[in-house]
Amino acid sequence: MASNQQHRVRRRLLALAHFIGLAIAMIIILLPGFWIVLSSLRPTVEIMAKPAIWIPQDLSLDAYTAMFGKVGQGGIPVWFYFRNSLIISVASTAIAIAVGMAGGYAFARFRFKGKSGLFLGFMLTRTVPGIALSLPLFIIFARIGIIDTHFGLILAYVALNVPFTIWLIDGFFRQVPKDLAEAAQIDGCTRWQAFWQVEFPLAGPGIASAGIFAFLTAWNEFALASQLTRSVNSKTLPVGLLDYTSEFTIDWRGMCALAVVMIVPALTLTFLVQKHLVSGLTSGAVKG
Amino acid sequence: MATVSLQKLVKKYGDLEVVHGIDLDIADREFVALVGPSGCGKSTTLRMIAGLEDVSGGSILIGGKHVNDLPPRERNISMVFQSYALYPHMTVRENMGFSLKIAKRPQEEIDRRVNEAAQILSLNELMDRRPSQLSGGQRQRVAMGRAIVRHPEVFLFDEPLSNLDAKLRSQMRTEIKKLHAKVQATVVYVTHDQVEAMTLADRIVIMRDGYVEQVGTPDQVFKHPATRFVAGFIGSPPMNLVEATIDAGKVNFANGDAIPLPARFKANVSSGQKVTFGLRPDDLFPTGHGIGSGTTEDVFKCDLKVTITEPLGNETLVFFDFAGRDWVSRMLNPRALSVGESLGTTFDLSQAHLFDSASGKSLSGRKA
Repeated sequence: MASNQQHRVRRRLLALAHFIGLAIAMIIILLPGFWIVLSSLRPTVEIMAKPAIWIPQDLSLDAYTAMFGKVGQGGIPVWFYFRNSLIISVASTAIAIAVGMAGGYAFARFRFKGKSGLFLGFMLTRTVPGIALSLPLFIIFARIGIIDTHFGLILAYVALNVPFTIWLIDGFFRQVPKDLAEAAQIDGCTRWQAFWQVEFPLAGPGIASAGIFAFLTAWNEFALASQLTRSVNSKTLPVGLLDYTSEFTIDWRGMCALAVVMIVPALTLTFLVQKHLVSGLTSGAVKG
Repeated sequence: MATVSLQKLVKKYGDLEVVHGIDLDIADREFVALVGPSGCGKSTTLRMIAGLEDVSGGSILIGGKHVNDLPPRERNISMVFQSYALYPHMTVRENMGFSLKIAKRPQEEIDRRVNEAAQILSLNELMDRRPSQLSGGQRQRVAMGRAIVRHPEVFLFDEPLSNLDAKLRSQMRTEIKKLHAKVQATVVYVTHDQVEAMTLADRIVIMRDGYVEQVGTPDQVFKHPATRFVAGFIGSPPMNLVEATIDAGKVNFANGDAIPLPARFKANVSSGQKVTFGLRPDDLFPTGHGIGSGTTEDVFKCDLKVTITEPLGNETLVFFDFAGRDWVSRMLNPRALSVGESLGTTFDLSQAHLFDSASGKSLSGRKA
């Protein structure tokens, strides 16, 4: 009996230790985000104070009202940036997903010449840092006149995201047993119907996660966007952050406020989609 | 309902030919089992009939219609997969009604036919569950239900029972037999399990390395195997097959042991010919403990040493040392035996088989 008691106590202590460990990890992860929100509400003197003022003394929404206010009173064209970000992110994600689905399906299901070489080639493009491409892209885009357009940035982001979406979606289609599409064809489907009725719904969670990744990449991307955009025609929210820097000062409070404005839609989207990301939907299809 | 006819059917993957010109005629409402070891081409043949594999040569006719280039959906067939291949995102009801939904049948008809199939397979309780909530046997039944809902002309089964445990397998075997009696469709059934083939099929097609070895009723392939391969494949425990040489009216084994050459083979063999001698465990038994279905003339008796026994309750498999190897025999009404015991043994040579060593063909002189 005593040893039973001992084990029970040990198990509870272990659970408590796990909980504390996870809590510490979560705090470390969340702290920068929390600090951004906090800084957007504090006056610059407090943000810059040395030694740091840990407990906020003076909270206000001034930065947010100023941001949406008139030019010259701290206002910046948030709505234009937001519109640009939305158009560019949504369009590039939609295209990257469409191409990724077609490509991922092909890699998962068909045998063709040079398949593994092609796949490796796609993956290798991921090893090139985006910033290294910004100068050549800038020169080419300038020559063909698509600097400072939605189209230019969409093109760049599609190229950036397609290898990744293909890779991710390929993995999910591989998990859908081939038998299912064959069964559907015997049940009277064309190949096309078999895809949409059976394989697509089952790979759905994978396609959704590929979509989120592509969207967030486009939404948060700064290096390329800062080179390829010029004005409110195409500047995205991350590039908009630069509006808060001037020759001698940086408005940290305003920058943090804009960062919060940027994070909120991305967070909402991820939150909405994540519950559809349940994997293991294919369980029960084959065998036991 | 329909006949199925395979004519000089060939399947190639690149330069590799895996099915070599198979000819087979399956009658309307016949239950035919394709049986053979792994890689013999039986599943490939079935998948060609289903339309899931391209045909490299020859033709397939279903109901007299040339279907080589028709997609699966236009062949009026149903298939039960080894893996069941149930749609995991649909309930049992949706799984079974899927083909009718695709065919845009009215909802009332879909419901009627799905319920009818559910009735036949006693699936009524499970209709709103998803495949992941079913046991192996239930999934198997749903897969069959999905197949019968379509009222196809031909049912194709691809090793449907191989994922089930032994008890469930024999239970489902009975259900498939009952189902065939009820729906009266033509069935092509692929299995590697010769017991399934024997118990279910009207006719068995034994395949090996992409060739058909023998086509016949279960009785024919069991009693009159056309080749050494068929003799070894059909029957459990397998037939005793031992290399020997014919000489002086005797079958001589390598170590000097010999048994008399059964009279009915005399005309078909020549002295010095290398043969394989075959005798089923049922026809080799401790004297007084066997079936003894043959005539009294063709028996050979001798005392043999027991090397090992496998008691099964109603019978015991006794292994004897003879001709330099172990021979399996079946002892009915068994008594306890000890290893090394010498026992009077009867060879019922009227049931013996001889195969030519070179060609593997039967020397019984019968047309298979």
